[in-house]
Amino acid sequence: MTDTASGEGRHGALPALLWKIIKIFASVALTFLGLLLVTFLIGRVVPVDPVLAVVGDRASQSVYDRVFIELGLDKPLYEQFWIYLQKILSGDLGTSFLTKKPIVEDIARVFPATLELATVAIIIGTAFGIPLGVLAAVRQGKLSDQIVRVVGLIGYSAPIFWLGLLGLLIFYARLHWVAGPGRIDISYEYAITPRTGLMLWDSAMQGQWDAFRNALSHIILPAALLGYYSLAYISRMTRSFMLAELAQEYIITARVKGVAEWRIIWVHALRNAAVPLVTVIALSYAGLLEGSVLTETVFAWPGLGQYLTNSLQNADMNAVLGGTLVIGAIFVGLNLLSDLLYTLLDPRVRRR
Amino acid sequence: MSTREWLLTEQPGSRRQARMGQTYRTWLAFRRNRLAMVGLGIVLALVLVALLAPWLAPQDPIVGGSLRTERLLAPSWQHPMGTDDQARDILSRIIHGSRITLLVVALVAVIATPIGLLVGTTAGYYGGWVDTVLMRITDIFLAFPRLILALAFVAALGPGIENAIIAIAITSWPPYARLARAETLTIRTADHIDAIRLQGAHSARIIWGHVVPLCLSSVIVRVTLDMAGIILTAAGLGFLGLGAQPPQPEWGAMIAGGRRFILDHWWVATMPGLAIFVVSLGFNFLGDGLRDVLDPKAHK
Repeated sequence: MTDTASGEGRHGALPALLWKIIKIFASVALTFLGLLLVTFLIGRVVPVDPVLAVVGDRASQSVYDRVFIELGLDKPLYEQFWIYLQKILSGDLGTSFLTKKPIVEDIARVFPATLELATVAIIIGTAFGIPLGVLAAVRQGKLSDQIVRVVGLIGYSAPIFWLGLLGLLIFYARLHWVAGPGRIDISYEYAITPRTGLMLWDSAMQGQWDAFRNALSHIILPAALLGYYSLAYISRMTRSFMLAELAQEYIITARVKGVAEWRIIWVHALRNAAVPLVTVIALSYAGLLEGSVLTETVFAWPGLGQYLTNSLQNADMNAVLGGTLVIGAIFVGLNLLSDLLYTLLDPRVRRR
Repeated sequence: MSTREWLLTEQPGSRRQARMGQTYRTWLAFRRNRLAMVGLGIVLALVLVALLAPWLAPQDPIVGGSLRTERLLAPSWQHPMGTDDQARDILSRIIHGSRITLLVVALVAVIATPIGLLVGTTAGYYGGWVDTVLMRITDIFLAFPRLILALAFVAALGPGIENAIIAIAITSWPPYARLARAETLTIRTADHIDAIRLQGAHSARIIWGHVVPLCLSSVIVRVTLDMAGIILTAAGLGFLGLGAQPPQPEWGAMIAGGRRFILDHWWVATMPGLAIFVVSLGFNFLGDGLRDVLDPKAHK
């Protein structure tokens, strides 16, 4: 996706910006096709016999053969891939062996929980990560820079499921500051009508402030932990972008003009660093999907990550591949979004 | 003339002296970075512990003591990290587990680095459609979050430490390929490469003999920086029950085993996590220091 920066202005007929956007979309379409190919191939190397998974191991040979043909396993591989492609593009990810429901339906049900968790996490990560990164850049080489660096490295080094367990032990079991695993206490569970599936949003919209507070005290610990991981990345990138900006000549000009130092840092430099930062934030938002698999397992959070691990443990291959594909697609989508934002926000990229 | 003067001389008498002098200067720069030295210490300690595990571990990592009297004992002088639900000494298990961790890291590095180097240098050297195809494949692998793709692979291959290593290696090479390609693009136009080509060297020989060695140092830094991530991914797979299988003392699986007791017997899950944390912190410090020394571009 980075090679989009190369084709400059050779295509006179189309405006450069439009051409660039078309190229980005084409490359995303290709990548998505590749994603499908990978999940398809993984599905084919599984040692689990897909026919046995449907008919059970006591079926007669004739039943087995019938299902074998029904599943299209007698056809050549490329034809099977073509059928798979058509099914996926029409929004059919297959049926889960475990829940006996279409996987699309399952994922639509669990997705809001993950979305809510990741969104609160990215808000926390950004709100703390950017100021820390700015601080580290301004005090480059000083003690506070070192501290921010170490805080970031700790975030890169601690297993999130371990921090989650310790967090539950300390803040839930010992100090009683936060609520335990799950999204909300059972007593509130039926008090709010699920509209969007986002607990915080639904309860606030319906004026259920008790439920809102309860949901908040459930989400705050896992979200803070996930947020810490994005904080590590965001603060490191903010630092390097800010250092690049602070070395520019317009900063010297501003200083010579006598602009206040806080204004130079927070307005002049940060505004220019903000463009690449948007990309970084979009990427860490995507990275949270990965962290959510382990976090949701620890916090019994009924989201996409838990759905994926549950399906894994029950050898529900359709659901695993469906979930993998959805996460891959979101990942690609967020990459696309960050590419587009970068192209639209940075006047230098636009003009090239 | 002392060794130090011989190494730091400005007029090296031989190629070997110049090279060793260069290495020594890099080492001096590296040594100034305190965090990097801490990281190096941790990594060396890991290697030592892994090598000497049978002699260092006070007890057997697999067979526990008396199930009646020695289960879930809190840390004490006899069991510095306590015992688990099978009455096994946790310290001994962690010491033996270091072998698994080191094995994972080493094998992933040995498998993924050559793949990344080969794909990246080939793409960069040939350019054109070879480049397009190879980089498109790389992008596809980069399009999945790493742990998710590894999960899907292990789900397909079946759980176990070997499959976990293969899955992590499959998901690790794309960034190395990207990096090697970028380096190759600058190297391939260099005069000495042209000279070798004029001598009639085969492309494969140019790539392996002359391009790969020049890409190696930046790829190695990248691999070192990645090792913490590899350890965490392996531990995550272990935690989900997809990595090393019990009774193997894999750290991630040990945390999963202690999860049930976290509220009353905190040490069972905490201690292996601490081991993972310290070791990945060590690799992160080391990688950070190496990058500062070996890659002047990133030195800000």
